[in-house]
Amino acid sequence: MPATETNVQIDLRDLRLGAARALIEQATGQTFAHPLPNQAPTEYLQSVVDELCALSLRDPLTGLGNRRHFSATVEREVDRVARSGEAALLLMLDIDHFKRVNDTYGHVAGDKVLKAVAEALGRCVRPMDTLTRYGGEEFAIVLPACHADFGRAVAERIRRVIAATTIEIGTKTQLRVTISIGGAFALQWIRSTSALWINRADQQLYRAKSQGRNRVCLEVQPDSTVSAEEKSLLFAPLYTPSQWGNLPVFDDHDSAN
Amino acid sequence: MSDVQSSPRAGAERTSDARETAKPAGARIIAVTSGKGGVGKTFVSANLAAALTRRGQRVLVLDADLGLANLDVVLNLHPKITLHDVFTGKAALEEAVIVAPGGFSVVLAGSGMVEYSRLTPEVRNQFLSVIQSLTPRFDVILLDTGAGISDVVLFSISLASEVLIVATPEPTSLTDAYAAIKVLAMQQRRQHIRIVVNQTARPGDGRAITSQLQQVVERFVTTESGKPVRLMHMGDIPADPTVRETVMRRHLLLQHAPGCPAGLAISQLAGKVEEALLERAQ
Repeated sequence: MPATETNVQIDLRDLRLGAARALIEQATGQTFAHPLPNQAPTEYLQSVVDELCALSLRDPLTGLGNRRHFSATVEREVDRVARSGEAALLLMLDIDHFKRVNDTYGHVAGDKVLKAVAEALGRCVRPMDTLTRYGGEEFAIVLPACHADFGRAVAERIRRVIAATTIEIGTKTQLRVTISIGGAFALQWIRSTSALWINRADQQLYRAKSQGRNRVCLEVQPDSTVSAEEKSLLFAPLYTPSQWGNLPVFDDHDSAN
Repeated sequence: MSDVQSSPRAGAERTSDARETAKPAGARIIAVTSGKGGVGKTFVSANLAAALTRRGQRVLVLDADLGLANLDVVLNLHPKITLHDVFTGKAALEEAVIVAPGGFSVVLAGSGMVEYSRLTPEVRNQFLSVIQSLTPRFDVILLDTGAGISDVVLFSISLASEVLIVATPEPTSLTDAYAAIKVLAMQQRRQHIRIVVNQTARPGDGRAITSQLQQVVERFVTTESGKPVRLMHMGDIPADPTVRETVMRRHLLLQHAPGCPAGLAISQLAGKVEEALLERAQ
């Protein structure tokens, strides 16, 4: 019979927790407490597991979510949107000419830029949004419950904030960077895939870059809803005899009614 | 006619960069779509293909309605090999190209395509490679798309240089045609969308409906370029009892009653389509 959690006695001294503790301490910058004398071993282990899970989803340099965190979030959001029909926006962001920063000021300066941009981005999004470092100088943000107008406003704000942020990379050296942003909304009417969604956002990022950088390109959201106002204009003159010629008498069985 | 497709498609219809590169050269691709189902989209595709064939074009109709294909029903064909077999690797594309009663070629979707009603990267790639291998051999490829505006429908339309929307004068059909126009103008940056109105009651109905749609589009649909999408009325197909009769018998109208009012209208439509393709090829 397999042992259940309750009847296993764990002696923490049997486990090699040193490496885990060191990793957590390095990542958080704080000492990770040893188990208290009267603390249940499982409780302590749980806290170690929790810290390690958090660690596995975080980018060590910027403290943002990492690629793994991003993939899980996008996957979940595609599913959620297909079911709920809610609007969701994916933004891909790339620092313009980042290689020049590295080449001119060195990689330490490059890291400072990445950190500063990450911090500035963090101030631009809502708590419900997922901000991650996609890789290199590229970031990604998943914005659930985000309507078209709002999405563009957010992306524009991000672009402006980054362009206005002064980054200290040395005692006397300050610099500014700009960012290009591409975005695409999740398809609301059908279950799509995260790969296609990312691809669409990426295409827009490519457009933003090729149009001269420091700009936002969002995929135009296919809005298939027809408002009452549109409908009234669409049909109104069709039933006006003066416009339409000799229409037959209004028929109760007509599908228009 | 064979010199038509030698010149590349005029670049007026710019879609996104990826789509642009995805567009294969060769035959002119026309997507026949509707927004709403049951307006005669497949009927128009099949008979337009027959009429274009009569005019000397090499025509292929591709059943792009992967979820709910019924081109086989309209043409009364019982194909052994379909797109499904090609997608699953059970047959070569060559084997799936069959000759329809009107003398044109068809590739039927076949049953069991439900799994392809969702646009996955695999479906996308397979669809693309099918189109790419077919284009060199035809002058015109008609894509009989599914109803609605799912991502499979939008994707197959994105491969076409021309979009032909089939609508009927019914308000529900007009609303859905309008919704489709809106999505295509905004998402694919289409500048021209062609309209054919099926089951019209009297001459002039289709033109009136198209200008009606155009007015609403101009007022409500803003495109990225700022230029309004232009709707081009391609013709009317009058309500005609012969159509119902041939459809019930699963006969092709253009083959069995080309002289009836609807048949004549479709022949006329084919002339306009041909003209449009020539114009865009220059």
